[in-house]
Amino acid sequence: MDIIVCVKRVPDTSEADVVITGKDIKKDDLPFEINEWDNYAVEEAVQLKEKFGGTITVISVGDEDANEVIRRGLAMGADEGVRIYDPAIEGSDGVTIAKILAAAIKNMKYDLILTGAQAGDLGEGIVPVALAEMLGIPHATLVTGLEIQDGKAKVKRELEGGLMEVLEIDLPAVIGIQTGINEPRYVSIMGIRKASKKEIKLLGLDDIGLTPEDVGEAGSLTVLEELSIPPVTKVAEIIEGDPAEAASKLAEILKEQGVL
Amino acid sequence: MSEIFVLAEHRNGELRDVTFEMLSGARNLADKMGATVTAVLLGSGVNEMAEKLKSYANKVLVVDDPKLENFNAEIYQKVLSKLIKDHKPVVTLIGHTAFGMDLAPALAVELGLPLATDCIDLDAVDGRLVVTRQIYSGKVNAKVALKGDQFIATVRSGAFSIEEGALNGEIVTESVTIEDVPYRRFLGYEEAEVGEVDITQADYIVSVGRAIKDQENIPLVQELADVLGGVLACSRPVVDKNWLPKDRQVGSSGKIVKPKLYLAIGISGAFQHVAGMKDSGLIVAINKDPKAPIFNVADYGIVDDLFKVVPVLKEKIKEIKG
Repeated sequence: MDIIVCVKRVPDTSEADVVITGKDIKKDDLPFEINEWDNYAVEEAVQLKEKFGGTITVISVGDEDANEVIRRGLAMGADEGVRIYDPAIEGSDGVTIAKILAAAIKNMKYDLILTGAQAGDLGEGIVPVALAEMLGIPHATLVTGLEIQDGKAKVKRELEGGLMEVLEIDLPAVIGIQTGINEPRYVSIMGIRKASKKEIKLLGLDDIGLTPEDVGEAGSLTVLEELSIPPVTKVAEIIEGDPAEAASKLAEILKEQGVL
Repeated sequence: MSEIFVLAEHRNGELRDVTFEMLSGARNLADKMGATVTAVLLGSGVNEMAEKLKSYANKVLVVDDPKLENFNAEIYQKVLSKLIKDHKPVVTLIGHTAFGMDLAPALAVELGLPLATDCIDLDAVDGRLVVTRQIYSGKVNAKVALKGDQFIATVRSGAFSIEEGALNGEIVTESVTIEDVPYRRFLGYEEAEVGEVDITQADYIVSVGRAIKDQENIPLVQELADVLGGVLACSRPVVDKNWLPKDRQVGSSGKIVKPKLYLAIGISGAFQHVAGMKDSGLIVAINKDPKAPIFNVADYGIVDDLFKVVPVLKEKIKEIKG
């Protein structure tokens, strides 16, 4: 079975003091990583390959830095890496990113396409479902369980409130992977170093039959106008002091509030 | 007059809250756009639900067909795209839910319409839709403009509060020929496994997030829950990593809880988590990131390392309780 996994390199803002500069945030000091959802998608692909054989191609849209997450995928067990880039793609919205991926993937051989259900930076959740529509194949997103049998995928989609939807779709298909579907393997620095010897195929817009007008802001139907820090509606009363002092004060507060 | 479509979301015969939230938000948008609000209800045997929608919309557009009984993104897409082509609504709103996320992007691509997802606010500027959505895990708001004259947006659950409706929309039933979708089959629903602890019944909840770092550290917070006479719950990453079972997860894809005390430890406070605990009596957060969104929900906070705070807190509570 031949699997394509779409991955994205994203900044980790979880512990960062985010600073807005124009239509972006300051990223110089931020650590970058593979999008968490995509990491689960790569692991799922590797587990399927271990079971059924075949190949895994990791593909990413982005500048040279994106090689980092492609290499990580190679280190986890992927066979090929493909990166698509042109300066014109900056400002592409989610649907346009799907368009770029579709243009490249339609010429490739695949039985299954895995993506993260969404990305941790922009959180749009557009790519898997839009990509499937463009390729004219079935899809399912927010998938927390995947079984392949007889050219079909039996998937569990995570709904709200702990409920799951079970469905069956024909392959090839695009599956948007939700976190928690598996336990992504550890990737060693050595593994990544070894994978860095493998050549990553670079595709430009010409190679995939698109023009600069098809991508970026020009090719997108949505445009980012402005960023702002969300207004704060409520702020917790912060209990000051060193950890021991703060903990003691908190215990007293809990007593006063009648919860102890 | 142009219409705003709001796709009613329902499961097992019940309309979901997000439907009424979107209809409430759509009324304001309709005023700004000089449009009317149409609730679009696709399903099988949906008369009762249609009646419930009447007061929230100027029109309830119903397609009632056995093929629409269970949610199937591809079948819903076919019916909805036909309705959008026929009626040309200026805006179509869909919940940013497991249902909407599986449907909206394909619908937008099929129709060639702009799509903004997970919107928390909707505005009209010169007849165009301008939305607000959150990026970088809620740390930044992005204002996004949609091009053209027809738009699709998915709306975050809880983004709008439900305003009682005073309208009396006419119920209009249309029949649409629905092609079979042999390549996608709904097999059923499955409940997550139920363990021995029901966190929704607890008065005191100690809830732990990603910052607990390792399964080895779970006993530390379990002990705190024990001295409080409460239960241990968690946010999504802890379940993803298999450190605690799924039935302990608080949030939109887990459980909704309203304990007397919710003690959030090492939880950043993503909106999906907050949706599951914001109505708790007293909320206390311990997190070393002072900018963590959890501090905008909590009543009290300690900005510090949980591994330094929790052991002392446990001893102090033990002392007080004697």
